[in-house]
Amino acid sequence: MTRLPGERLDRRPGAAADVADDVPLVGVLALQGDVLEHTWALMAVGLRPVPVRTPAQLDAVAGIVLPGGESTAISRALARSGLDAPLAVRLREGMPVLGTCAGLILLSDELTGEDDALPRPGGLAVRTRRNAYGPQTASFDVRFDVAGVEGGPMEASFIRAPRIEAVLDPSVEVLASVEGAPVAVRQGPIVAMTFHPEVAGDHRLHAMLGDLVRAGAGR
Amino acid sequence: MSAASNGHGPVTGSQRVKRGLADMLKGGVIMDVIDPEQARIAEEAGAVAVMALERVPADIRRDGGVARMSDPEMIESIIEAVSIPVMAKARIGHMVEAQVLQHLGVDYIDESEVLTPADEANHIDKQPFTVPFVCGATNLGEALRRISEGAAMIRSKGEAGTGNVVEATRHMRAITSGIRRLTQLDAAELHTAAKELAAPYDLVAEVAELGRLPVVLFTAGGIATPADAAMMMQLGADGVFVGSGIFKSGDPVKRGRAIVEATTHFEDPEVVARVSRALGEAMVGIEIDTIPPEQRYAGRGW
Repeated sequence: MTRLPGERLDRRPGAAADVADDVPLVGVLALQGDVLEHTWALMAVGLRPVPVRTPAQLDAVAGIVLPGGESTAISRALARSGLDAPLAVRLREGMPVLGTCAGLILLSDELTGEDDALPRPGGLAVRTRRNAYGPQTASFDVRFDVAGVEGGPMEASFIRAPRIEAVLDPSVEVLASVEGAPVAVRQGPIVAMTFHPEVAGDHRLHAMLGDLVRAGAGR
Repeated sequence: MSAASNGHGPVTGSQRVKRGLADMLKGGVIMDVIDPEQARIAEEAGAVAVMALERVPADIRRDGGVARMSDPEMIESIIEAVSIPVMAKARIGHMVEAQVLQHLGVDYIDESEVLTPADEANHIDKQPFTVPFVCGATNLGEALRRISEGAAMIRSKGEAGTGNVVEATRHMRAITSGIRRLTQLDAAELHTAAKELAAPYDLVAEVAELGRLPVVLFTAGGIATPADAAMMMQLGADGVFVGSGIFKSGDPVKRGRAIVEATTHFEDPEVVARVSRALGEAMVGIEIDTIPPEQRYAGRGW
């Protein structure tokens, strides 16, 4: 298995947990960003995570996480790694995907202003503004309820977060809003959020991805 | 900001969001830039953030004299130029430079030994700030003291402005082998280790439990080639700072992109080989032994 940045030092409990071979492989796009946190989250909900840096690794997965990070850096790395076209194809075919922050930006059909030129797979019918809350000093933690997520309010960190400015299709279901703006949405096999549940250690939306992956595997 | 739709109201400046931004930079390259044009080149190359400063370390080293926080006008022009996070440097212990940088809206402050220290005994008390800090370290004890003061990210110091990676290697190995050693100690030995490291026991115990720092660990100081960057990643770095190495080279556009790709694919020699081809002149390197001890930056900080 490909190493992740910093992973050599990781001894967090559960990192080496044995998972049965029939559990579906779920990729974490491992070009840049908080790949390790998403890997832990997928393990915590009983999935088999695998980093994806090449088209061959993408072929092997039944679902994928597009992590948080810098969307411009991830966009460029997608193209330079030859992953941009294959990823767009898999997403169009309906592969389940969870995107957080930068991941949501890359899934957005429209971006506000000049950012709309950023190459990305798209597929989620929303218009999103990058860095909508201001510089890092405006980043914040907050708790709120998410539709379809049991067990109390979601722990969420918004870190130089984007904002969904418009939902462009009625098939987009808004799971949660903060200050009137959607922050977690679902459209078919796409689950996306402007915040980072994985930084707060809240794995319940990753469980939702797991349900989508298992449902797809059973079709 | 008003309360959220339900649940609890938003909280800024938490340790979680400070450390969290560093998590988002992992696997990436942070580049020193001195003007908006360089900042745009860095963003285009795939940098995850830029460090705004008036002189890169190689020039600070050449010019000598006191090196201070950069002109706010210059920092603001770089914030305007790019959409990625902008970092800026404050002198060690200079809390007012840090207050100014927070006021300007930089995304991270580097309390940096590359600038001339303003306090020879104390670092900035970083906990009260909303903006997060990154600090340099040469070993595990130094890293843990900085985290205790509130640093949300650590980088190896290396020896900035030399184009020589040997000091960064020394510091990365000192930090990671120090961590590995802690994981082997029993409870009684951890108390002694905390004393030897001159670091708080709770942090020492946390590192022993996690097998890693509780914050992101980047590398810095002397990285000049794609292979240097990939080597640091293989040594356990979460990402790479490149100071003079890009814009003091013959072809910054190509070299910047090459270092980014080598950092992404740090375990794939095919990629590192491909991006290393025909990069033009690397920055001229300096043998560490030829630098008088008082001119070495890594010794600054306590």
